Amino acid sequence: MKPEALLHPTPAGLFCPIGRFHVDPVRPVERALITHGHSDHARAGHGAVLATRQTLDIMRLRYGDGFAGSQQAVAFGEEIDLDGVRISFHPAGHVLGSAQIVIEKDGLRIVVSGDYKRGTDPTCAPFVPVACDIFITEATFGLPVFHHPDPKAEIEKLFTSLEQFPERSHLVGAYALGKAQRVIRLIRDCGYSEPIFIHGALAKLCDYYVGQGIDLGDIRPATTEKSDPSAFKGAVVVGPPSAFQDRWARRFNEPLIAFASGWMLVRQRAKQGGVELPLVISDHCDWPELLSTIEEIGPSEVWVTHGREEALVRWCELKNIPARPLHLVGYEEEGD
Amino acid sequence: MKAFATLLDRLVLTPSRNGKLTLLADYFRDTPDPDRGYGLAALAGALDLKSVKPAMLRDLVLERMDPILFQYSYDYVGDLAETISLVWDGGRKDVIDDEHQPRLGEVVTRMNSLGRTEVRSAVRELLDRLDTSSRFAFLKLATGALRIGVSARLAKQALSDMSGSGEGKKDVTEIETLWHGLTPPYEPLFAWLEGRAEKPVLATPAIFHSVMLANPVEEGDLEKLDPADYAAEWKWDGIRVQMSSYGGTKKLYSRSGDDITGAFPDVVGAINFEGVIDGELLVGSTARSNSPTRTFSDLQQRLNRKTVTGKMLDDYPAFVRAYDLLFQGDEDIRAETFFERRRHLGDVIDKAPHDRFDLSELVPFSTWDELDRLRIAPPDPVIEGVMIKKKDSPYQAGRLKGPWFKWKRDPYNIDAVMLYAQRGHGKRSSYYSDFTFGVWAQTPDGEELVPVGKAYFGFTDAELEVLDKFVRDNTVDRFGPVRAVRAEPDFGFVLEVAFEGINRSTRHKSGVAMRFPRIARLRQDKLPRDADRLSTLTAMVEAREG
Repeated sequence: MKPEALLHPTPAGLFCPIGRFHVDPVRPVERALITHGHSDHARAGHGAVLATRQTLDIMRLRYGDGFAGSQQAVAFGEEIDLDGVRISFHPAGHVLGSAQIVIEKDGLRIVVSGDYKRGTDPTCAPFVPVACDIFITEATFGLPVFHHPDPKAEIEKLFTSLEQFPERSHLVGAYALGKAQRVIRLIRDCGYSEPIFIHGALAKLCDYYVGQGIDLGDIRPATTEKSDPSAFKGAVVVGPPSAFQDRWARRFNEPLIAFASGWMLVRQRAKQGGVELPLVISDHCDWPELLSTIEEIGPSEVWVTHGREEALVRWCELKNIPARPLHLVGYEEEGD
Repeated sequence: MKAFATLLDRLVLTPSRNGKLTLLADYFRDTPDPDRGYGLAALAGALDLKSVKPAMLRDLVLERMDPILFQYSYDYVGDLAETISLVWDGGRKDVIDDEHQPRLGEVVTRMNSLGRTEVRSAVRELLDRLDTSSRFAFLKLATGALRIGVSARLAKQALSDMSGSGEGKKDVTEIETLWHGLTPPYEPLFAWLEGRAEKPVLATPAIFHSVMLANPVEEGDLEKLDPADYAAEWKWDGIRVQMSSYGGTKKLYSRSGDDITGAFPDVVGAINFEGVIDGELLVGSTARSNSPTRTFSDLQQRLNRKTVTGKMLDDYPAFVRAYDLLFQGDEDIRAETFFERRRHLGDVIDKAPHDRFDLSELVPFSTWDELDRLRIAPPDPVIEGVMIKKKDSPYQAGRLKGPWFKWKRDPYNIDAVMLYAQRGHGKRSSYYSDFTFGVWAQTPDGEELVPVGKAYFGFTDAELEVLDKFVRDNTVDRFGPVRAVRAEPDFGFVLEVAFEGINRSTRHKSGVAMRFPRIARLRQDKLPRDADRLSTLTAMVEAREG
C-alpha cells in the first residue's frame, strides 16, 4: 500500500481515510486523535477525541466539560483498532501527556511524532523511539543554528541575575502548559526553595501538574492585597509572556523581563521582545536532536511538518534519506 | 572569554544605564587580570586586535557546512558573526566546558602574535575551542563590530563603582585623567582601583585631564550670590574640547576624554604652544578674523569621523574658542584663580595662529537681571546662553555646585500631536512611554500631520499614566511594539514639546531635527487642529542660521 493511502495531509490536518480519523486537526472533524494539549494541536469541537488521559484532562481544564462529543483515553502502548487500522500512543517527551501516534496497516507503519524533545524533563515521560517506515517529524527548530543549551545552566543565569539585581522582580515568561511547570521544576531542582509567584492563567494547570505527582514546591498567586510593590522585591514570578506588557506587570518592583523559550537563542528575537534575560529552554528538539532522532529511528522516508521544513528536508537529501515537506497549516511557532 | 561573552550577552539586552553599570562593575570585580583589562579595552574601543575579514569567516564555515543550509541559517539570523557562532557545531552538541575554554587574554595574545598566513588556521582552532556565546564575542571582536551601547565613559564609571564605596571610592574624573597614559591590560590601574597599589604615575603629560563642569541655574540660585564675585562668558553651541600639547605630542580630546585628534588636523596642526587648554570646538572662523561662527549642524559634518578629506577641511574649517588654561607648559596652574588663569590664557592665545584660536570674550554685567536680558537675546544665533564663573574659582574636575553655572537660553516650545507610541524598557516595559509626535504640513495628499520627532521623557509618573491610557484606548494600528493612535483635527492628544535646538536634517522626512526634545506639558485643553505647523519649525531653523 502507498503510504499516502494510509495518511495524507488535508486542509483540516493529517487524515487517515481508511480509519476515518484526523490527527491534531485544526478545524472540527468527526474523529480526532490528539498528540498533546497545546491549543494549536488540541482544539475544541470535535465529534470524538482519542488521546492520553492527561491530554484529555488538560483539554477539559482549558475548554470545559463539553470540549468534544465523546472521548476515549488511550494508555501508552495500548493497541486499538479503528476500522482495520491499528493505533497506539507512545511518549513524546514534549509536555505532560504528550504522545506520538503510531498508525499501522498491512505491514506499513507511520509514526506521527507530534511535538517532541529528547532532553531530560522531569515533568513528563521521555520520548520513546519507535521503528517505522514513515517518520513524521516536526521542525520547529529545524535550522542548524538551533543548539539548546543545558537548561540547568540557563536557570543558573536567572540565579546570577537575582544576585546582581536583588531589588528587581524577575518576571519569567513561560507558556502556560508545560513550559511554565517545567521551568518551576527546574528552578526547584537547582536548589531554589523560596516561594515562586504565578500569574492567574497558570494556576489551573500548575494545580493539575501537582495533582499528577509533579512537585512544584511553594507556589503562590502573584496578587497584591495592599498593592505594595516591595512585596515582590527580588521575587521570581512566572507568567505568560503576554501578561508582562499588560497593566498587570505594574505591581512589580522594576521588573526584569526573562523569557524561557527556544527562540531566545537568537539575540534579535530577545531584543525585539524587550527581553532582558533570555533563557534558552525549549520543549522541542534542537537541530542535533532532530538529526540524531532520524538516524536512530532509521525510517525509509521522512515527512516534515510545521516549522523550518526546508532545512531538514535538505539535510535528509544530503544523507540520501527520502524526505518531503507536508506544508500543514495552522500550527503556530509560538508554542515554545 | 566566557566571562566577557556572558557580559556582552547581558549588556546587549540591558537598556538601563544603572543595569549596565552593575553588570560592568561585577565583571571587573570578578574577572582576573589580564582578561578584565582586555575586556575593558574592547568596551572602550582601545583594543588592538588583528582583524579578520568576514569573507574569510564565511570560507571557514563553508569548509564544514552545506552552503544551502548555511544560507537558510544566515537568512534566519541576519548577522554573520551570530550565524557562524550558532552553526559552527553543526549536528554536534556543544560539549565545551567552561574551564577548558581559552581566556580572553590568551585569545588576544595569540591573535596578535600571528603571521599573516597563520590567521586562518588559528581562527578555525579558536572557534573549535570556544562555546557558542564565546564564539560570538570572539567574532565580534575580530571583525571589529562590537556594538553594545556602552561608551568609554560608562566603562570608566563602572571602574569607579567597582573601586568601592565611601572613602576608598576612586572618582571617575581621576580615572579619565589617567586613561590616555595607560595601555591594555591596565594592570596598574586595577591594582590602584582595588587599593593594592599607589596611583599609577604617567610618563607622558599630553594626556587628558578631567574637565570642570557647570550646574544649570535653578530657581533661587542667583539671588543668594553677589554678581560682583562672578564673571560671565557666552555659552557657544559647539562641543567642549581639551587641547593638550607637550614635547611635540599634540592631542585633542572630547569632554569625556575620547581622543579626536585624527579628525581635526586643521586645529591640532596649528597648535604652537605647550600646555593644556579648555575650550569650545566650533566651525567657521575666529572672532579675530571677523568671520561668523557657524551652526552646530555645520560642526556635525566634522564629528564622528576617523579621518577627514581636504574638501571637508575647506568647507567646514574648525577652530577653538578658548575658555581656560590648565597647564602652562608643564606647570599645573589649576589651583590658581579663574582670573589668573585667564590672564595666562590670553598671553598664549595672543601668540597662537589667529585663524584657529581665539579667546572667549567676557560679558560685562552688574546685576543678574541685566545678565538675564543678555541671555534671552544674545548677539549671535550660535550662542545658547551664558556661563557664570566665580572669579576666584580654581579649576576643579567634576560638577561642583557653586563655582560655575550655565544659564541657557530658554528652550524652544511647540505644540505637536501624538502619532505613535512604543512601549518602554525596564520598569516602563508595561507602559507606552516613547512618543512620536507630528505637526501639520501641506503635503500632496492635503493637510496632514507629519512626524517631526520622538520624546520619551519630561513627563511625571502620573502624566505617564494618562498618556498610556490614551494610547491603549485609542490605538488604530499596530506594528510590532509600536502603536499608531488616533490623530484627527478634532480628536487626538496634543503635547507641548520643549527642545534645545533645531537643525536641518536630510535623515528626517520632515527635513528638521530637534535636539533633546522632551514632553514639557500635556495639553489636553487643546485640539490637534490647534497644534503648530511645520513652517513654524522651519522658521526656527532659518532664524538660527541667521
